[in-house]
Order: sequence, then C-alpha cells, then structure tokens
Amino acid sequence: MALEKSEVTKIAQLARLHVDDGEAEEVARRISDILELINKMQAVDTANIEPLSHPLDAVQRLRPDQVTETDRRDELQKIAPAVEAGLYLVPKVIE
Amino acid sequence: MNWETVIGLEVHVQLSTRSKLFSGTATQFGAEPNTQASIYDLALPGTLPVMNREALRMAVRFGLAIDAEIGRKSVFDRKNYFYPDLPKGYQVSQLHHPTVGRGSLTITLEDGSERVIGVTRAHMEEDAGKSLHEDFHGMTGIDLNRAGTPLLEIVSEPELRNAKEAVAYLKKLHSIIRYLDISDGNMAQGSMRCDANVSIRRQGDPELGTRTEIKNINSFRFVEKAINYEVMRQREILEDGGRIIQETRLYDSDRDETRSMRSKEVANDYRYFPEPDLLPVVIDDAYIEAVRAELPELPDQKRERFVADFGLSPYDAGVLVSSREMAEYFEQVVAICGDAKLSANWVTVELLGLLNRNNWEFVDSPISARRLGDLIARIKDNTISGKIAKTVFEAMIEDQAEVDAIIEKQGLKQVTDSGEIEQLIDAVIAGNPDQVQQFRDGKEAVFGYLVGQAMRLSRGKANPAQVNQILRDKLK
Amino acid sequence: MLAKTIAELSRALRGGELSSVELTRAYLDRIERLNPDLNAYITVCGEQALAQAEDADRRLAAGDTSPVCGIPLAHKDIFCTEGVTTSCGSRMLANFVSPYDATVVEKFNAAGAVTLGKTNMDEFAMGSSNETSYFGPVKNPWDTGRVPGGSSGGSAAAVAADLCAMATGTDTGGSIRQPAAFCGVTGLKPSYGRVSRWGMIAFASSLDQAGPICKSAQDAAIMLNVMAGLDERDSTSVDLTVPDYTASLDQSLEGLRIGIPRQHFAEGLNADVEQAIRAALQEFEKLGATLVDIDLPNNELSISAYYVVAPAEASANLSRFDGVRYGYRCDNPLDLEDMYKRTRSEGFGDEVKRRILVGTYALSAGFYDAYYRKAQQIRRLIKQDFLDAFKQVDVIVGPTSPHAAFQLGAKSDPVAMYLEDIYTIAVNLAGLPAISIPSGQSNGLPVGMHIVAGDFEEARLLNVAHQFQRATDWHSRKPSLSGEDAK
Repeated sequence: MALEKSEVTKIAQLARLHVDDGEAEEVARRISDILELINKMQAVDTANIEPLSHPLDAVQRLRPDQVTETDRRDELQKIAPAVEAGLYLVPKVIE
Repeated sequence: MNWETVIGLEVHVQLSTRSKLFSGTATQFGAEPNTQASIYDLALPGTLPVMNREALRMAVRFGLAIDAEIGRKSVFDRKNYFYPDLPKGYQVSQLHHPTVGRGSLTITLEDGSERVIGVTRAHMEEDAGKSLHEDFHGMTGIDLNRAGTPLLEIVSEPELRNAKEAVAYLKKLHSIIRYLDISDGNMAQGSMRCDANVSIRRQGDPELGTRTEIKNINSFRFVEKAINYEVMRQREILEDGGRIIQETRLYDSDRDETRSMRSKEVANDYRYFPEPDLLPVVIDDAYIEAVRAELPELPDQKRERFVADFGLSPYDAGVLVSSREMAEYFEQVVAICGDAKLSANWVTVELLGLLNRNNWEFVDSPISARRLGDLIARIKDNTISGKIAKTVFEAMIEDQAEVDAIIEKQGLKQVTDSGEIEQLIDAVIAGNPDQVQQFRDGKEAVFGYLVGQAMRLSRGKANPAQVNQILRDKLK
Repeated sequence: MLAKTIAELSRALRGGELSSVELTRAYLDRIERLNPDLNAYITVCGEQALAQAEDADRRLAAGDTSPVCGIPLAHKDIFCTEGVTTSCGSRMLANFVSPYDATVVEKFNAAGAVTLGKTNMDEFAMGSSNETSYFGPVKNPWDTGRVPGGSSGGSAAAVAADLCAMATGTDTGGSIRQPAAFCGVTGLKPSYGRVSRWGMIAFASSLDQAGPICKSAQDAAIMLNVMAGLDERDSTSVDLTVPDYTASLDQSLEGLRIGIPRQHFAEGLNADVEQAIRAALQEFEKLGATLVDIDLPNNELSISAYYVVAPAEASANLSRFDGVRYGYRCDNPLDLEDMYKRTRSEGFGDEVKRRILVGTYALSAGFYDAYYRKAQQIRRLIKQDFLDAFKQVDVIVGPTSPHAAFQLGAKSDPVAMYLEDIYTIAVNLAGLPAISIPSGQSNGLPVGMHIVAGDFEEARLLNVAHQFQRATDWHSRKPSLSGEDAK
C-alpha cells in the first residue's frame, strides 16, 4: 500500500520531525516500500492468537518506597543546552 | 426549554509515597527546582523504570475503599506526546488494564438524600513536571521535580447532574483518600486536581450532547463555578441554534470563565502501546486480603457508627465524618467530656466557624480536642453556663492555659450559691418595682426581663436555672 | 600478542610475563595506527585506560583472580560511560557526556577490565552495515572496501583487527551476530533478560540485549560471566542463577541433536556460505552430534513483525531526544515546535527518522490492530515455532547471514538492508540466546555460523561453539591489514 504525502506530513507532525515538501514524496515512497514488506504478515490468520508483547513470561518486581537518589542538579545541568536559575529553558510555551 | 446537565470528573490524586513511581527520587513539595529530578526522571538515555511497591498498595487501598474490582494483572502503557514538562516524550500510564476497575461511592446532597455515583476506573500513572511561564527572556522554565510522582487518576461515570453533585462527589473522594492516608489531597498545591467533562442535552434525550473538558480546576469552589459557567455557556450556544465544539477549556478563576485552550486543539493521537520496560503487575488474593485487613474505618462506616453509638442525627454525623481530621477531633472531645451531642455542636459550630474564619486546618487549631473536651465538661458539671463557655472559648484562642485556669483567671465561674443569687434577685426586685407590679398583675412576659436583669447583674455568671427558680419563689 | 584470547592474555598477565599497562599501550598504539582507516572507534580514552591499567596491575600483583582484570576492552558507544562521550553513533548525542555508567560498564570496571574507548555503530543501532553512523562507516578489516556489518560493526571490526582484546555489543535483530559473522569473530546474543539493559541506550526495549564480541567461545563465556545477572534497576532483568559459563565448555557433543531449519537454507542463500555451513555441520557429526531437519514455518514473517515492533518501540524510545535536557539542540529556534522539529530533524539521520516514522504510523489511530497487535501475534507464532523445534532438537544451526560482507554503499535501499537479518531476527522476537562463530570463508571473507538454543541455555551454546572451535581454526584466522607491523 502506498502512503500519501499527507499521511507522511501527519505522522511527521506526531513524531515532531520536519519533512519538507521536496522530501515528502521520497519519504512516502521509502515508507511505502517498508509497509509492503510489513504487510506480508497480513496474509496470516491470527484470529485466536494472544499477542506476545514481551519475550519473558515474568511479572513486575516491586521496589521498596525508599529515597535512593540524591540531588545532582548542578552536575546534570552541565550537559543541558539552556538552563537558568535551576530551570531548563525552552522557547515560550503557549497554553 | 429544559436542559439536563451531564458531568463526569477525572480526578488526579498524587499518592503520598516518599519516592517516585518508577525511581528512588524524593517527592517532597516545594523543593528547589530540579533538585528532585534524577537521571530516570530526566529521561537520560539508558535509564529504566522500577515500580514503587507502596504506590501499588495505595492504589489497591483506594480500590477496596470504593468496592472496586482490583486488576489482578495490570499493565502499564506508554502514552505518547511531546511537551517540555514530559521528559520521555511519553507518559507511563495504564490504558486497558488499570489497577482499579469499576467501583462506586455514595454522595450526600444538601437535602440529605443520597446518590450512588459510579467510578469507571482508577489507573496509575506518572505526573509531569511544571512549566513556569514567568519571563526568562521570552523563554519558559521547566522544573521536573514533580515529574514521575505517582498519580491515581480516578474517572467517574458521567452520572453527575449538576455542579453541586460534582462538588459533593469531589468532597467525598477527598474524604476517602484522606481516611486512607494515600494523599494529602491538597488542591491548592496540586496534589488533587480535577478535570470536568461537561455536556448538556434536552430533557429526555437518550443521546449525550457534545462535551467539553475543563482543565485546571484547583479548588472545590472553582469546580462549582467552572461547571456552572460552562453549563450556562453551552446553553446559550445551543439555545441560539449553535453547536458545541468538543475541546479542552481552561478555567480562569480571576475572570470566572472557561476559555478554549488552543494549544491542545491539534488533534492528539497518543499512540498507546504496552510499556516494554515494565512487566505486568500481578496481584493475588492474599495480597488483596492483606491490604483489605489494613483498611481504616471509612467515612460511611464512621457515620453509621456515630448515629448508632452517639445518637447523632445523620446530618450532624455526616458533617463530622466529612473530614477525617474533624471526625478524629470529635471522637477525642467525646472521650473527654462524655457528651456526644454537645461535642457535635461545639465542633461543627464554634470550632469549625473559628477554623473557617481563619482559614485554618484542624492541625492549626489553637484549641486542642482535649481542651475543648475540658470546656464542655465544665458546662456539664455546671461550673459555667453555655453562654459563658463561649467567652471561655474565645479566651482559649489566645491563651493556651488550661480551661479551669482561664475560668478562674477571668472570674467566670458560675454563681450557684443560692445566698448570693438571692441577694442579686433582691436587688433586682428593689430596683424594678414597676415591672414587679406588672408581673404580679399577671403580665408573665415581664418575668424574662427580670431574669435578664439578674443575669446582667451577675455578669452572666449566675446559674440561670437557679435564678429562675428563686425569682419565681420571691415573686409569689 | 594482541591477537591472543582473553584466556591467554590473562595467563600472561598473572604470570607476570607482561603488565596491563604494557598491553594497554600496545593496543592504544595499534589503534592510533589503524583506526584512522578502519574507523572502528568513535572515542579512545587513552589516559583513562592507562590509569585503569595501573590499577589492574596493582590488583594483579595483589593476586586478583578476575579473568578480565587488566584486559583491554572496547564498549559499543551505546553503553553509557560516566565522564566519557556516549554518542550512540548520532549527531543527537555527539556532545553527550554521560553522568553515569551502564551496569555492563560498571561490571567490567569492577572486574578490573581496562576500557580503551567507545566503538562506532549504526546510529541508535539502526542498521546492518554501520553506514548510518554520524561518525562515518566502519571498514571491514578483511577488506576495507566492505562493510563490517552492523549495528555493532565497530566492536566486531575492533576485535577482528586486534584493536582490543574484547568488546561489548548489543543485538536487537542481529546487531552482534551479523557483524561478528562479517568480521570473522565470535558474537553472542544472550537470552532477553540475561544481561541488564540499564545504561544501554534503548532502540527496541523488548528486543535489545547486550552481549560479548570476542575471539573465541571461551572468551565469550568469560565475558558473559562478567556481564550476566540480575540487576534491580532493570525490571526486565531476570532473577535466575548465573552458572559459570566456562565450566561446561569441555562437555562432549556426543548425542547432541542439531536442528537444521529448511527455511535457513532456502532461496537467497549464497552458495559459498551454504557450503561452509554444510561443512561445519559435518564437523559436528564427527563430534558425535546428529542432524535433524526441522521447520521454522513463520521465519519469513519475522522481518515483517520485527519492522513493526522495533520501529514502534523506537519511535517512543527516541522521543526523549528533544533538545531540552541534554544532547543536540538546533540553533535559534523560532518557537517550541520549531525547536522540536529542527532539533530532531538535524540531530537524527535518515534511517533513524525513517524508522521513527514507520513506528509512529504503525501505532497511530486506526492502525494499531493491523500493525502492532498483528505483529505481536506473529511474534507469538514465531516463539511457538522455536518451542516446537526444541522439543526435537537441542540447538538449531544455520548461517548467520545469507552472504559474506558486502561492499560499502551496495545496499542503498532500506528494504534490501532489512532482509540482511532474515536468519537472526526471529531469535530476538522470541527472546532466545544465539551465537555466531566463524566457520569458513567465501572469497577470502569470513562466513558466520549461527547457533540458537532454548531460553537461558547460553552454557549449551557456548559448549557447542567451543567444541567446534577446538576442532577447527576458523576463529583464529586473521585479516591481513595494511600498516600492520609483523608481530
């Protein structure tokens, strides 16, 4: 199945990726090829098959409610692109 | 035209664990920005979640308290969206298999009638951080201290029919989580937050109308105001022949109105899928029974007990149990003075009035339960009258001394010595010959005036029953 | 000396024949000479390595018995290393100095191993040729016009070219085994959950697993002894006793039942590769094993299912790269949206973006059931195929890759590249352990043999591989490199 350019634009928006008009066609074609490969599985009847989301048949371990982390703000903010007064800065968020 | 309002509430409750849902970072309110944000909370690459045992226990406690189905196998999912206060770009939540399934709670309306409101589910999820919009040279500051704090999102059925019911539901939830001690429920600090889904339809219409979601309602009062505003807005639109747009709206308490949140207008597609970094959380019967065994007495049970054991009216009992702190305070007062009805009156009228006037919580009360119990005991044993007790109560706000010491110090002890009272009454009779004559001529109403004169002369301290008795004897 | 196995070097270190500092210097010299051409390392940590070597020498002198104490190692640049750039082969993290160590790194440090540096890789481990790295492709030491495989191409090339004694890798769909096959080294993907994923930058969380890349099965056993075990920080790490993987290496293969999957010897398999694997199978028969033809009927669907599951998980895993808290941020963003989009579009390469888009599409409203859910159902079928097969056989053997290393630039079409992993991907979907060991050549290039065992049967895999390596010498053949002095 071929992907429309408009669908590429929609998923690129969801993924916050920039795809300009010039690229969109090429991207759509590449992704359509991949979807074609993927769609081979549609031929198989899986009506009563339980999905396997994890290879392990295990259950979640629980951690005691203890504070184990210490304040490392200064160190951790050294690798941040923009900080001020202990806050991470981003372009203005409009609500 | 008759309209019916349909309201469903989504309430986010921050669970009061020491550490976060999936990391060992502290969750204290009010810390310096980003000092409670560890490498997992900051979504550093390679970091992984491990679930907090206590958060699970708290969620199950809540589920049992509202008699809900408990998910034997709950599954965490990733809810994907981009926002600067959401470090991973997805929120770990529960979509199809929440820890708490269908349950219900009973609300009491102002006329004393009760309604059972269905709770659809309560799922566990991580809280996001905070965006601080003060100006940093045109930038927004992000504080991730709150990111990863455990939340229980409690979703009601769309069964609430007006703003008052919504508030009653919210207050009931608040009381339950306080009794369970799973959250401080502080709405001002955001540890309990409410979103309301509101729609209206013509009376008798089987279809629900288009709803709007009102976000950011941070007090009980605003819940009522925001819903009332929104109902009015929708009604005006529909009556003018317009259509309601399904959208998210923000309640602005300064202007008392809701307005559209344009930033959320872009249709979101959260692309939920099972969180592969976590495994299913499996709970067995033994676990559930162990949690059940630890449940405290809940407000409904406590109310029944207050009615049965103390002979209180269902209304008074309902007021007392509406807050865990008040109910506990009340029980301490009763234990000391032994009079439940008097205690109920003093707690719900005088004490609650005092706290409300000053915006105090029970913990802030300058009058401890023990001292109030002592005060009521002094009314019971006739040391002071109910009226004088109010004076003593006022004095107790400023003075931390024992009740007896205050009564003594201010000379407020009731006069019960009949000789002393006789002297008072003799003086009143001598000073009011006209009134005495009127009474003797059969004008019964004047008796009250003469009693009042005697009380005034005693500066309120004379035992009113004795004054009555002696005065009547003397006027015969 | 640099070509020796861990076992041999460790003996020499403990016998006092050489010091870890000398050994480390020798590797660093060789890296300096050969890496500019091979591009196997992104970061070399010379000073830190020498300091670690000095420590190791002190420990050795004090009688330390850790078999990796003083042994120079390279980590794939997907493992977080405190104080050292951890780029994951991406511009997005080219400036990311990790503030913490991955569990795997911590364990090697604690065992006294010496970290020489961080190896090149396909960007975010997405690729089968190492050509998607932001830092340029790695060259195959056997023929520098060819790819080393991927995504752990840098680690495999570094081991093959003796730029380290051992290396770590990660495998999501074949990323340890295929480069090991292309570079003529031994690479083990352990069972899902055997090795902690803490600190290993996630590609597809339900498939990723770390493992050793080294010069022999015995070395893989030594490395796995260090790497394996429960980690409370990783919820998917299993609480199972870790056996001593070196203890069972010498067991006889008498009576071993080897399954030969028809689907792994079908159309598309290069004749030389087939011949090499068939010859290897005869070798196993000589060692007492019996060969049993088996079916893995849903094998072909593994590619379809994988290219839904892996991109879907990746699309979420890579959302954290948003230019806010670390890593790349675009210059002068106009607004928030612009910052997100330009940061991510400039920070990620084409293949990564493609997979994010595919994964986003597969999870988007209306498609979840047809793609994600369907793929997870196929995954169940694939796992069942293996469970059925292991009722008849002890291990499954076939080629690791349909052919030997291909030319750089030969596969520009993503789908053609995806088909490279046709024999390895099913194992990740099922969570099983598998190893690739050198077992022949095709036109002077190494051919890898793929051995798969049941859940947590790494000891058996290593035993089978070790017995093969005792009977053959494919694993000790070396590429001849220009610029190499005779040693």
